[in-house]
Amino acid sequence: MLIDWFTVIAQIVNFLILLWLLKRFLYSPILNAIDAREKRIAGELADADAKKAEAQKEREDFKFKNDTFDDLQAGLLKKAMDEVTTERARLIEAARNEADSLRIKQQEQLRVEYENLSVEIARRTRAEAFAIARKALTDLAGMSLEARMVEVFVQRLLALDGLDKQRLGALSPSAPVLVRSAFDLSEELRFMIENAIVESMASSVRFETVPELISGIELIMQGQKVAWSIADYLASIEKSAGAVVQSGISSGKS
Amino acid sequence: MYLSSDELVLWQHGFFKLNVTILTTWVLMLVLSIGAKLITRKLAEGMHISRWQSLLEIIVTTIGKQIEEVGLSHPEKYLGFLGTLFLFIALSNLCTIFPGYEPPTGSLSTTAALAICVFVAVPLFGIAQSGLSAYLQSYLKPTAMMLPFNIISELSRTLALAIRLFGNMMSGTMILGILLTITPFIFPMIMSMLGLLTGLVQAYIFSILATVFIAAATRAREES
Repeated sequence: MLIDWFTVIAQIVNFLILLWLLKRFLYSPILNAIDAREKRIAGELADADAKKAEAQKEREDFKFKNDTFDDLQAGLLKKAMDEVTTERARLIEAARNEADSLRIKQQEQLRVEYENLSVEIARRTRAEAFAIARKALTDLAGMSLEARMVEVFVQRLLALDGLDKQRLGALSPSAPVLVRSAFDLSEELRFMIENAIVESMASSVRFETVPELISGIELIMQGQKVAWSIADYLASIEKSAGAVVQSGISSGKS
Repeated sequence: MYLSSDELVLWQHGFFKLNVTILTTWVLMLVLSIGAKLITRKLAEGMHISRWQSLLEIIVTTIGKQIEEVGLSHPEKYLGFLGTLFLFIALSNLCTIFPGYEPPTGSLSTTAALAICVFVAVPLFGIAQSGLSAYLQSYLKPTAMMLPFNIISELSRTLALAIRLFGNMMSGTMILGILLTITPFIFPMIMSMLGLLTGLVQAYIFSILATVFIAAATRAREES
């Protein structure tokens, strides 16, 4: 007999026990583990999706902010460039104006210096010439410079030709004649001058001392003037000295 | 010369006895249970799992997929019964690689017991799925005249299940034994390897047929 019924029953029982054991130790734990892992994976995937969506949103936000920032930056940069350009133009203009004013001031200063220098040169030249002349006259003629000056002045009056005398006399024969000198004239010299004038134009004479004439003497009669002064001689010296100073300024500018 | 390991009785007391079939079955039950317990003792639910856990998960999910492919929509309900059938028969057949091992499936008593289990489980699953009357009515389809044929079909397919597995395993063992006496060296080894393949195929056939029967019983309700 191939079938042993006790064995059949025993094997059925064995199979049922094995079924229970495997359900308890194999299928349930494994299926639970798989379910738990699937749930966990699903949760992680959902979490990842949420994070991805959030990251996408943040990325868009960031992009928007970045674009806005770029626009703002470009705007600010353009504004700053415009302001810089304007400020540069303004500063250049101001510098140019300042340079112009400085140049004008410098030129004015140079001009003043030139004038002062000219005056100083003229003054010194006159003083030197006067001193030289005084010394020379004193040494040579043994008379004072004033006396020689008056002498020359009188000679000049007497040397006036007829036409000049008529011009002076035609103005007004009775008009007073003003004689201005840089120094006080002595009585002798006054007398010498009065004689010469009366002889030439027959008018009354009035004397006046004007230090500005600088070693000179002049006759003024209704706007007409006969004069001798060292200033006349100094004019040429002054002119040549002025040319020297002017050339110095020109070379300084260049 | 014996045809079944039932005949090798180790202990007997009246009706009760302990033969090699039962003893081997106990050993296999212990191996399966302790192995499952050891592996599932430290189950990981995270992304990193042990190789053994991975192996068990592959086995369980593959059995589940096979059940689903046959047509049972909720494989977890049938996984215990069908999975145990497959694992027990497969392990029982694979152990033929060990010398002196007598597979329990080479005993008609064991295959008959398993076939009886299937014979009982099919209507139970059918009734659980569709109710008693609906299940019984499925025997009257397509007409009431088919009732005896349906009953004969139930019995014959159960008998076929038992005989097929027994015949294959017993013959495999027998052929191996005979070949050992004729050509003791190379040829039995090849046959033994072939026996492993046929053993797995038989385990697959037995459990897949049981699945088909259960599916037919539960589908009767769904169709009606």
